[in-house]
Parts: sequence; C-alpha cells; structure tokens
Amino acid sequence: MSIAAKANALWEYANPRKFLATSERVLPFFWISSALFLVVGLVWGFFFTPDDYKQGSTVKIIYLHVPSALMAINCWLMMLVTSLVWLVRRHHVSALAARAAAPIGIVMTLIALATGAIWGQPMWGTWWAWDPRLTSFLILFLFYLGYIALWEAIEDPDTAADLTSVLCIVGSVFAILSRYAVNFWNQGLHQGASVMRAGAITGTDTTEKVSNVFFYPLLTCIIGFVLLFIALVLYRTGTEIRARRIKALLARERVNG
Amino acid sequence: MIALLLRDLKLAFRAGGGFGLGLAFFLIVTVLVPFSVGPQSSLLATIAPGVLWLGALLACLLSLDRLLALDWEDGSLDLLATAPLPLESVVTIKALAHWITTGLPLVLAAPVLGVLLNLPGPGFGWLVVSLLIGTPALSVIGTFGAALTVGLKRGGLLLSLLVLPLYVPTLIFGAEVARRGATGMEVQTPLLMLAGITAATVALLPFASAAVLRINLR
Amino acid sequence: MILTVTDLAIARGGVPVLEGLSFALPPGKALILRGPNGIGKTTLLRTLAGLQQPLSGRIEGAEDRIAYAAHSDGLKPTLTVTENLIFWASVFGTRDIQPALEAFALNELADRHAGNLSAGQKRRLGLARMLVTGRPIWMLDEPTVSLDKTAVAMFADAVRAHLGQGGSALIATHIDLGLDGEVLDVGPNKARPKALDDLDGGFL
Repeated sequence: MSIAAKANALWEYANPRKFLATSERVLPFFWISSALFLVVGLVWGFFFTPDDYKQGSTVKIIYLHVPSALMAINCWLMMLVTSLVWLVRRHHVSALAARAAAPIGIVMTLIALATGAIWGQPMWGTWWAWDPRLTSFLILFLFYLGYIALWEAIEDPDTAADLTSVLCIVGSVFAILSRYAVNFWNQGLHQGASVMRAGAITGTDTTEKVSNVFFYPLLTCIIGFVLLFIALVLYRTGTEIRARRIKALLARERVNG
Repeated sequence: MIALLLRDLKLAFRAGGGFGLGLAFFLIVTVLVPFSVGPQSSLLATIAPGVLWLGALLACLLSLDRLLALDWEDGSLDLLATAPLPLESVVTIKALAHWITTGLPLVLAAPVLGVLLNLPGPGFGWLVVSLLIGTPALSVIGTFGAALTVGLKRGGLLLSLLVLPLYVPTLIFGAEVARRGATGMEVQTPLLMLAGITAATVALLPFASAAVLRINLR
Repeated sequence: MILTVTDLAIARGGVPVLEGLSFALPPGKALILRGPNGIGKTTLLRTLAGLQQPLSGRIEGAEDRIAYAAHSDGLKPTLTVTENLIFWASVFGTRDIQPALEAFALNELADRHAGNLSAGQKRRLGLARMLVTGRPIWMLDEPTVSLDKTAVAMFADAVRAHLGQGGSALIATHIDLGLDGEVLDVGPNKARPKALDDLDGGFL
C-alpha cells in the first residue's frame, strides 16, 4: 500500500460509525494489555526491585510518577494534533477525541502532582516546593482546567470545537513559554528527567543513570500507561460520539416537528 | 480605526464607562497588603515589586469582561464585522483602548503606590519601565480571552481562568525586572524576554483573537 | 452589479434551516423576505452579510457592498445621536451625516444621549445608520419594530430614495411598505430532514 493510500485509509476513521466499529473491536485488546503491563510493572517495581541507597523505598513512587507525568504532557500533545486536524479537515471525531482526552490529561497531571508531592515530602522535607517542574505541571493543570471549562461552557458543538482548538494551539505556545519563564525564575530542586535522556538509558551518562534494575519495570509501567491512555481515549471518544448522535437526533426531531 | 479608538476612549471616560475601576482595585490591593503581612518596612521593601506587579495584573484582569461584552450585547460587534475594518484591526484597537484606559493609568499610579510599600529607590524606574513594557501584553492577551468568552452569558470567571495561565510568563519576567531593579541587579535578560513577549503577542495574538471572534459571531 | 444567490443552503447552530434558495436582487429593486417565525430569515441575512458561512451554494456581488441592520442597533447610550452617527460614518469612510439626520427627523434629537431616546427613536437612529454607510445593498431585519406610523412612512421614503439612487434592499418584514419590489417567501425552502448518511458528519 502506498503512503497516500495508507493516509486515506486513516481518514476513513473520521467517520464516526467506522470509528465506533473499529474502536469497539480493538478496545478489549487495549484494556487487557494495559492491565497486564500495569500489574506486571507495578508488582515488579514495588516488590522485586531493591531500595535505592540514597532514597530508600520512596523511590518506588517513580513507577506512578514518571508515567503519569509523561502521559500528562503527551495527552496535551495529542489534543494539539487532533485540534489542528479538526481546524484543517473538519473531522468531528478528531474534535471529540480532543474533548475526550482532556479529562484524562487533567487526571494524569493530578497524579503526577500528587505523587510528586508524596515523593518530595521525604526527599526535600516539604510537600510542595515551587520547583520549575512542579510549577510547570501546576500551570499545565490550569491549562487543562480552562480547556475543559471552555468545552463545557459552550452549547453549540462546532463552536465549542473551534474555540477550544484555538485555545489549545495558543495555550501550547504559552505553555512552552511558561516552561522557559519558570526555569528562569527558579533553578529548582527537581532531579533531571533521567529516564528521558539517551545517556541515561544507554548507560553512558553514569551520574544520572537510572539503573537497569529500576528501568525495566519503569518501562513496563510506561507502556502500561500508554496503553491505558489509548484505551481511555478510544472509550471516551466513543461516549462523546454517542452523545453527539443523541444531540443530532434531537435536533432532527426539532426540525421535523 | 482612529474613530473606533476615539469612541472607545470616549465611552470609557463617560459616566458608567468603567474608567478608574482598575485603578481603584490596584489601590485597594496595595493598601491592604501591609495590613495583612505586617508593617515592617524591610519586608514590604522585599515584596513591593511583586505585589505591585500582581496588583496591576489583577486590576487588568478585572476590567477584561467589559472589553468586548458591551459591544457584543448591543450588536456593535456584528455591525463592525460587516464594516470595511478588518476584525484584526478591531481587536487590536480594542486592546489599545483597554491599555490606554487601564494599563497606562496603572503604570502611572505604580510609583505612588510604591512609596506606600517602601519600594527601594532604584526600583521605581525599573518598576515603571517593566509595567510600561509588560502591560500591553496583558491587554492583548486579555483581548484574546475576552474574544473567546464573548458569547457566554456568565463568562467572567471563565475568562479569568483562561487568561490566568496565559499571563504567567509576562508576570514572571515583568516582576523579575522590577525585583532585580529594586535590588540593583542586572535586568537585561528578563527585560529582553518581557519586551519579546510583548512584541510577539502584539504582533501575532490579534489574528487568533479575530479568528475566535469570527467563530463566536457566526 | 446584481446580488445573485444560487442554490444556497444555510444552517443555524449546525442544524440546516433553509436550502435550495436562489434569487437575484438588481439595483433599484427591493426584495421583501417573508416566512413564518424561526424559518431562518435572520440566519439568511447574517449569511449574506458574511457573518456566517453557507452550507453550500453561491453568493455573488455581496462582498463589501452590504449594510446590515440587525435586531439591535449597536448604539452607545452614553454617546449623543450625532456622535453615534459620526462614528459609523467614519468607520465606513463617509462624512456627511446631515441627510441621515433629516431623513429620520433626528435633527431635534441630535444632541441627546442615545440612552435617553425612546425605543422608536432609537430604531430611527439605527436605521439612519444605513444612510451613512454609503453601501448599495441594505439588509434589514424587521426594521419597523417599535416604529409608529409616521416613522414607518419615513423609513419607506428613505428606502425609496435609496432605490432611486440605484441602491437595493433586502427586507425581512411582515408590514406592507409599498415599495417597488417582489416578495420572496422562503417557506417552501425549509430544509428537509437529511438522509441518514449526510447530516452532521455521519453521526446518525
């Protein structure tokens, strides 16, 4: 299949019915595999890895903290992409996927913030510090909150989709700007994002390296979170599509009546 | 374009136009701060730049929901959208009018309130400079928020929620300039960042505001 | 230049309201828009004025030639009658507001604040705004609401004078204004419910 044909095949899922049919077929796979990865990853992480020589057992919260933080950011990126698709191609499913993803994103942000606080308490001696990373997540939380509130506030679905899409794009620019501003404003206590650095994974960066003992269960958890996120987005998008179908039916009744 | 600016200024200065509302709020916030944190002049001197910036920002925020809502309610926005003036110019003029009636008075009042908060001597100049450069960004970003929420009946709180995170970079760099200025540190980096944010928002955000307004007018 | 509308379909809040609408409005003519409440007359006028996009169909000869009068007149209560008119005149790049004041007998009210006018007087001021736009096509949405008999006659005269100068007007009204023009009943153009496949992007 050529790339163009593949791309065309992808756009077929813009049809709500096709999307529903396909997502219902693949959803069980995502539910089961995410549960599998999460159970394995968390059990492995919590019970079968040694305590860190410096941080003790508190380090194990990493198995929730890092994946949720990653998903909090990736969820916003997904919303940015689907918002752009909506603005350019006017596919309703795309806008509804963005709408469906936002509450998942805000929960991920909250988990990242809460686990961060729980981790920070024994490490830094305080539940909350205005550390650049924590602060950035707090700002991200505000962005999610505003985005969701705007969706809820507007009655007409197309207007809501348009306005939230623009907000998502403008918000993304300001979110990046805030990240730089916050970095400049406070140099911070937070350790480097060691998982994400190539050197940490390949082992060349020995000072910040997350040792393999921790890394593999963590990777399992991250995969589990990604699968869970996909499952939740597909499921919630399906719900949004059904809600829209009800609205469309009611609207048609009004026009006929 | 001049006509629209003059009309907006005239409306603001006439009875019920809301001119001075932001200024009054600014005054209230800064006067109340010493009552809540205590009168020690060293403490006040430390927090003065931040408090003044925060007060100015909140005063700006307070006046945003009138920015487009009145023109929306009486149908002026519909008529302006069918006029030869591009909507991008309309929102830019609206932001400019907001800055002249709200931002500029705040800039001018800030040094006076600085005296109340025991702002250190070298801080006055930088406070005024940072507010002068930063408040236009607040007006332009606020106009975007007002355009997003213009069709909503009770959009005031939502407007604040949407605009708040967008204000963060401006607040950080603006207050940083004032703070560093007050303690005699170099201010070049945050000042450049602040100027950059203002320049970029003034240049680009009106397009987003106009797009959003078009969507709301449909 | 003739305003031509071909096979137009429009929607309000995502729901199609009118379809298959075609008409032409030549200079010097008026077209009276009729149809039951809620059929989509306001939506049609807003679409022609460029405030919203049609679902399908073509609109030609409308760009930058339409002066639109909605239900609300965009008047500022704290500005005087003259100030309100001068503002709209300068937005549309014209100067002379005297003819507009005279056509709607607003001279005596010229220095009153718009907020102190009665509903009918406000409406007259809103309609006087059409004269200062200098645009050839007037689109009026229920223009005679709250006007008394004399004021309606004043309005009809103003439209007639406008038509006499080669302008045209599209008026949604149920009052007989005695104008030279046709009546367009949009009732038959009510949008039919869609086949299952094409309404709302296949949500049904």
